Amino acid sequence: MLRKTLAAATAATAVLSGAGFVLSAGPAMAQNEQFIPRLVYRTGAYAPNGIPFANGAADYITMLNERDGGINGVKLVMEECETGYATDKGVECYERLKAKGPTGAAYFSPLSTGITFALTEKAPGDKMPILTLGYGRSDSRNGAVFAWNFIAVGSYWTAADIAIQHVAKELGGFDKLKGKKISLVYHDSPYGKEPIPALEVRAKKDGFIFKAIPVTHPGVEQKSQWLAIRQDRPDYVLLWGWGVMNSTSIKEAAAVAYPRDKMLGVWWSGAEPDVIPAGDQAKGYKALLLQHPAGKFGVHGDIEKHVYAKGQGVGKDTNGQVLYNRGLIDSLIGTEAIRTAQAKFGNKPLTGEQVRWGFENLNLTAERIKQLGFEGMLKPIKFSCADHQGADEGRVHQWDGKEWKIISDFYSADRSVVDPLVKEVSAKYAAEKNITPRDCSKEQ
Amino acid sequence: MLYREAGQFKTSYTADMAIFPIRQDRIALILLLLFAFVGIPLLAHFQLWPLGSDYMLRAILIPFLILSLAAIGVNILVGYCGQISLGSGAFMAIGAYSAYKFGTGVHIPLEFLGTEIRIAPLPVLPSILLGGLMSAIVGILFGIPSLRIKGLYLAVATLAAQFFFDWVFLRVKWFTNYAPSGSIAAPDLHFFGYFVHSPIERYLLCLVFVTVFALIAKNLVRGNIGRQWMAIRDMDIAAELMGIRPLYAKLTAFAVSSFIVGVAGALWAFIYLGAWEPLAFSIDRSLQLLFMVIIGGLGSILGSFLGAAFILILPILLDQVPHAFGVPVSVETVSHLVFIVTGALICYLLIVEPHGFARLWSIAKEKLRLWPFPY
Repeated sequence: MLRKTLAAATAATAVLSGAGFVLSAGPAMAQNEQFIPRLVYRTGAYAPNGIPFANGAADYITMLNERDGGINGVKLVMEECETGYATDKGVECYERLKAKGPTGAAYFSPLSTGITFALTEKAPGDKMPILTLGYGRSDSRNGAVFAWNFIAVGSYWTAADIAIQHVAKELGGFDKLKGKKISLVYHDSPYGKEPIPALEVRAKKDGFIFKAIPVTHPGVEQKSQWLAIRQDRPDYVLLWGWGVMNSTSIKEAAAVAYPRDKMLGVWWSGAEPDVIPAGDQAKGYKALLLQHPAGKFGVHGDIEKHVYAKGQGVGKDTNGQVLYNRGLIDSLIGTEAIRTAQAKFGNKPLTGEQVRWGFENLNLTAERIKQLGFEGMLKPIKFSCADHQGADEGRVHQWDGKEWKIISDFYSADRSVVDPLVKEVSAKYAAEKNITPRDCSKEQ
Repeated sequence: MLYREAGQFKTSYTADMAIFPIRQDRIALILLLLFAFVGIPLLAHFQLWPLGSDYMLRAILIPFLILSLAAIGVNILVGYCGQISLGSGAFMAIGAYSAYKFGTGVHIPLEFLGTEIRIAPLPVLPSILLGGLMSAIVGILFGIPSLRIKGLYLAVATLAAQFFFDWVFLRVKWFTNYAPSGSIAAPDLHFFGYFVHSPIERYLLCLVFVTVFALIAKNLVRGNIGRQWMAIRDMDIAAELMGIRPLYAKLTAFAVSSFIVGVAGALWAFIYLGAWEPLAFSIDRSLQLLFMVIIGGLGSILGSFLGAAFILILPILLDQVPHAFGVPVSVETVSHLVFIVTGALICYLLIVEPHGFARLWSIAKEKLRLWPFPY
């Protein structure tokens, strides 16, 4: 019995210390490596959309390693952490990964507005840049207040503005908007609520009747919302959904015979996983484009050649999809920020603080974008201390039952609508959190 | 041999009624508290194993402490008073949102009366405690049905609280100070002029809250009121015949439980998350707390801690095992495996020991008394 007890005690101690080891120490890393954490969700209600994005972001980093040996000789190491789109899990992942690698994480890209809000509170203390490509806090465009957030390429407020511009164009001018009914079907979370202030401002300005209709997470139950729409007959329905909610909305719209070509999704509601499950019912459905369309471009050739041909990579089956391409851009902006920072701090692994400087001074010219193989996917983008968004353009594409077709030119969001909102809401945040905004004229 | 109470004579009633009557227990508890209050901060300060980075503090210990506190609250209601509650997430949310409102200033315009109620922003400590108090008031309100309905029917009534408050905090913009996204950020943590900022300070703050409330809870359940709760739990008709008022006993259980859960909710929002939305306190959170209590041991303060550790830390640990040993599996496989293994372990544990970890612990203590000659 004594021996048994002792053996049990030893085993328990071994397990406990093993546990401590697992929780505290990671594998040792070589010194000339830049660590890039990847918060992903490949499981749960949002996985259909999370997977292609995660694949694209991962494949681009693998490609840089295979083709160029990293960035200027610094190898990129990444590790994924599954968040399941849950905020508390995202925070745990962030804490787990932020200090890995020789210099800690380069930047975080959470792909969830809820996690973005939580990390925004932690980033300044940890000196960690947060890259949110076309999502997150719309007011974080104001880099003077949100020094660590980079809401690259577009915010929900620019999206809302572009959506109304497109509706106006289809109707034949802004004056035709007067008295029209535009409803927003949104995911009832910070993500879905973000566009509402911008749409309210536009409604006041253009005289249309705006109505916001919430859908509860995860969005598989929308019968009553669409019955209300059938009753109300709005002229347009804007869709701000994510994951299974999008395809459900399209199916419900078909069930109440609401014309799909009068539906306009945000750029997170306009990818293959959103329309394919709805089958033929999705024909004619329109959505915004975060600049880039589906399809293959220069960079895809490199990925084919350097990643897939060598039997590596994770996203072969999603290659060229809308969200896969967005994942590529996500990693493009992050890695180019590292490259920019290396020009100042030297070709070595950098800290989050140094990468933040790289983000703020990132200038992707048309020529550089062409060089990188992203021509046709991205317009020039330039961050500055005052502008952490860097671009305002968007397009619209339409699903024809087989593929996405671009049906509009580039729209540019009306800064006179969006900027006062950014200023107002970020000032409120600064006051609440006692942040003294940086003086951008003094930053270089 | 070591754990034996022979020779420890109690010569006064005070000694007989001590919270830990056995000397070894007292020593162990003092050592544990010393380690928690001094050892861990020291290890973290000098960055020694296993606290080399803030990960251990910020992602494991702080949420563990806060969820333990919530589990103590739930245990008082479910484990001691026998009232099944599925609304714990809602009571956490009430604590969090009320603390936020008190911390940022309350303003209720009463235009039809031509007046308004305005409370200036309060410091963090009163905000958190008032958050708990609001939660207690709502807990009493939702506890009233428990006087008429029992068991699973009561669980459904508390489920209503869960969905009602999910809805309220999503839709009533007043609670979020009209934030455009509905997500709100906690005010800075100033305690008596001291800015609690670093992970060690935050950990100590949580620890103080948990220690104080655990002691209060332990004393409550040993005393008059705790015995009333347990009498109601074991057989309410018999308890009533013995002169225990169900109204008083049940509602105090709801009040104390919701207060502690509410304080835990405020800490979860203010210290762990920093910024939150109602989804952080969804039905999943309620179920998680209930599982903690069931697995840890119904009717045991220690069980609340053990249950919280099991439910919170085990999945995180399992999640990291393949990676730490360099097994190349994708994140989705790992997260599915975590579900399978955790679920299987819960089933196994409940079959082997239906009374939870706390019972295992007391069996171990019984065995230790007889060691090395058990029979």
